[in-house]
Amino acid sequence: MSEHQTKKLDMNRRGMPKQLPEVRKHNFSEVALGYPLEIAVEEAKRCLQCKKSNCVSKCPVEINIPEFIQAIAEKDFSSGIRILKEKNCLPAVCGRVCPQEEQCEEACVLKKKGGQIAIGRLERFLADWEAEQTKLEMPKILPPTGRKVAVVGGGPAGLTVAGDLIKLGHGVTIFEALHRLGGVLFYGIPEFRLPKVIVSREVEYLKKLGVEIITDYVVGKTRTVDSLLEEYDAMFIGSGAGLPWFMNIPGENLNGIYSANEYLTRMNLMKGFLFPQYHTPIKKHRKVAVIGGGNVAMDCVRTAQRLGAEARIIYRRSRIELPARLEEIENAEEEGIIFDFLTLPIRYLGDENGWVKGIEVIKMELGEPDSSGRRRPIPIKGSETIFPVDAVVCAIGNSPNPLIPASTRGLEIGKNGNIIADEETGKTSRERVWAGGDVVTGAATVILAMGAGRKASRSIHEYLCSPGNW
Amino acid sequence: MHKLVESKMIVPNIFLLTLEAPAVAREVKPGQFVILRVEEDGERIPLSVADWDRVKGTITIVLMNVGYTTDKLASLKAGASIPTVVGPLGNPTEIDKFGTVLCLGGCYGMGSLFPIVRGLKEKGNRVVAVLEARSSYLFYWEKKFEEISDRVFYITRDGSRGYPGHVGRLPEIIKFSGESVDRMIINGCTFLLKRGSDVSRESGIKTIVSLNPIMIDGTGMCGVCRVTVGSSTKFACVDGPDFDGHQVDWKELLQRRKMYLEEEIVPLRTSRCEEHKKESR
Ligand SMILES: Cc1cc2nc3c(=O)[nH]c(=O)nc-3n(C[C@H](O)[C@H](O)[C@H](O)COP(=O)(O)OP(=O)(O)OC[C@H]3O[C@@H](n4cnc5c(N)ncnc54)[C@H](O)[C@@H]3O)c2cc1C
Ligand SMILES: Cc1cc2nc3c(=O)[nH]c(=O)nc-3n(C[C@H](O)[C@H](O)[C@H](O)COP(=O)(O)OP(=O)(O)OC[C@H]3O[C@@H](n4cnc5c(N)ncnc54)[C@H](O)[C@@H]3O)c2cc1C
Ligand code: SF4
Ligand code: SF4
Ligand code: FES
Repeated sequence: MSEHQTKKLDMNRRGMPKQLPEVRKHNFSEVALGYPLEIAVEEAKRCLQCKKSNCVSKCPVEINIPEFIQAIAEKDFSSGIRILKEKNCLPAVCGRVCPQEEQCEEACVLKKKGGQIAIGRLERFLADWEAEQTKLEMPKILPPTGRKVAVVGGGPAGLTVAGDLIKLGHGVTIFEALHRLGGVLFYGIPEFRLPKVIVSREVEYLKKLGVEIITDYVVGKTRTVDSLLEEYDAMFIGSGAGLPWFMNIPGENLNGIYSANEYLTRMNLMKGFLFPQYHTPIKKHRKVAVIGGGNVAMDCVRTAQRLGAEARIIYRRSRIELPARLEEIENAEEEGIIFDFLTLPIRYLGDENGWVKGIEVIKMELGEPDSSGRRRPIPIKGSETIFPVDAVVCAIGNSPNPLIPASTRGLEIGKNGNIIADEETGKTSRERVWAGGDVVTGAATVILAMGAGRKASRSIHEYLCSPGNW
Repeated sequence: MHKLVESKMIVPNIFLLTLEAPAVAREVKPGQFVILRVEEDGERIPLSVADWDRVKGTITIVLMNVGYTTDKLASLKAGASIPTVVGPLGNPTEIDKFGTVLCLGGCYGMGSLFPIVRGLKEKGNRVVAVLEARSSYLFYWEKKFEEISDRVFYITRDGSRGYPGHVGRLPEIIKFSGESVDRMIINGCTFLLKRGSDVSRESGIKTIVSLNPIMIDGTGMCGVCRVTVGSSTKFACVDGPDFDGHQVDWKELLQRRKMYLEEEIVPLRTSRCEEHKKESR
């Protein structure tokens, strides 16, 4: 029995040191600074080391949470990281962006009194500790099997599959459409939430393990799935949900109206915030409205503010329905983001040069719950108003890109353009082709994409060991 | 990395680049483009593929030097390495047996038009090529066009070669030539596309234009390339770049192309197309 189970319950969840709102709203450095070693150990010592640990069952990749926390409590960090990495190849990422409050931490027995263990922060602590070590522990790689797997897309799903299969001795090639790997981790989630060096580090690690990486390669265009299958024994498609939605309201193609993808890509992938040092231009806007209420919307609005604009969220329901992570909503509020709840844009107004100058909105009220279980917003007649903006970012959602479905024979596609794949194995309707992540589920989370990658790599490995057994 | 095999200025401000890009060369069809990045962390720009050699694994691009990235690219010497050349992107130009096809090209569009003409000839069409430039010294590849097309006409703003004026002369040319045109295909700057479409609208000739809005990824991810065609919004990189010129919302496209003008600290010579606009008014 561990010593602290006999101790008095410590319900004091250790806070995360952060940059002060007044400071951070003007810079792109990471907001959360990470636990110092002593605090991490204190936090770890609070864990009750439950025998039947609920927390584990609510982690999509079933990390052995009590065990890695115990290792931190004992300051045995290298064991800790090993335990983490058994199940999660991107702990530095998940520790930062996982919606822990709905997953592992939600299920912690200490949650009732608000003292749930900060599992995500501890995960991040270990990953950051490892990054500081000069000697990186390399995993064992099984002897080459001579089999080759093509992985389409370098997002979390694809990276997971590549990492798993290379260790099993298979040859792995990642084909990525953009010039950088990481998918949304690179081009979407901003620097102040997920520093890009972390993503690059993970990619470098895969390279060291022997994964071949081919960037600037659009599968379906540069080469079709069918053609690649002539050369590869198996293929995993993790091409994400990159096709942005617009609202189809008048004036939406005016200059100054961006999709969240464009706005964030200019900033992250193309380093627009360093313009003109890097050459992709980004406008200096004064009043920016971001439409939507999810993580993507929060990232856009906080980016806009960091570029010096008065930035607001326009959301058609109320605060409690905001789908973004609570932590990010609170961060945004602290930074002084304006929230216009129960508000729906209906039209954009432009100036004589085709630039957006105003937005017409209508007030909403909440009616009965809809199919998503959230109360349905209903427009209030006569409540239309116009206010000035000089930029709008539309962050209302994405669906899978049709390039691969359109160019591949026999791949079963769902009604949202998603690839249909078996939930347990990731198998698609096409022999030797697996899929997982956002391209299957629609826009979801990093950890779910990784979980899908994990299941698929298991199934791919089985197949490669006894080919012909589809 | 892609090696620049050859680079030369073929007429003032227009460069012919041959690049190693075997994956693109293997698949490319007339009317498709690549996205190219000239330096790490540089901007991504779309460029049409004007020719290719599937055996050697090279592609040819006709580049007009208009701004920062195109200038960088134009200044590279043979042997230089280019970090990104991705493609072929966009849908190929529809090539079928149409009858008589009038192919209209200007600036870099004379280059991207060439493989389309070749494809149309292979399908047994009669091809009338019309090339337009400010002055006679700005034409290139005339020989290639003359060898392959059934007829070639020239229009110059200053009258130094062929018909004086601009594409407004097209109806006369068609009438004079006695051809009955079944389809028109236009490649070049936006003003040429627009004016060409205006002209053919009156005569009801179906007109396909290769649009060139601002792009980033070229795969349908960012939506910056959106254009209004008919009453719906299309992404030019995946739904196009070819569209029915009579359905395109030209005003919107011209405005969207100017989105970053201020930031692009455009050197004087970039205003070639702007000049064109003023002159053609
Ligand atoms: C702004 C933003 C913030 C987010 N915040 C969070 C968060 O806080 N927490 C969280 O858990 N989740 C968050 N998400 C969601 C999460 O990032 C995604 O669910 C996750 O990245 C999906 O992973 P994936 O591997 O399926 O796809 P992606 O990450 O989308 O990667 C797909 C990759 O495939 C490439 N690709 C696409 N088509 C092709 C092709 N034809 N050929 C070759 N390559 C191709 C793409 O370029 C891309 O690199 C956020 C998403 C966004 C956009
Ligand atoms: C499908 C397509 C095919 C094209 N083919 C060719 C070609 O074969 N040869 C050629 O010389 N040019 C071609 N262009 C145009 C070329 O992409 C632009 O000239 C180039 O991006 C300008 O970049 P810059 O940095 O040199 O100029 P900038 O200084 O950035 O801009 C100068 C002007 O170019 C336009 N422009 C800027 N960025 C882009 C962008 N990313 N995409 C499109 N236009 C932009 C804008 O109107 C801008 O005002 C094509 C464009 C498209 C969309
Ligand atoms: S991966 Fe996510 S859900 Fe699992 S333990 Fe880590 S933070 Fe919690
Ligand atoms: S439920 Fe909470 S206290 Fe129990 S093992 Fe998991 S993290 Fe520790
Ligand atoms: S260039 Fe990004 S969607 Fe077309």
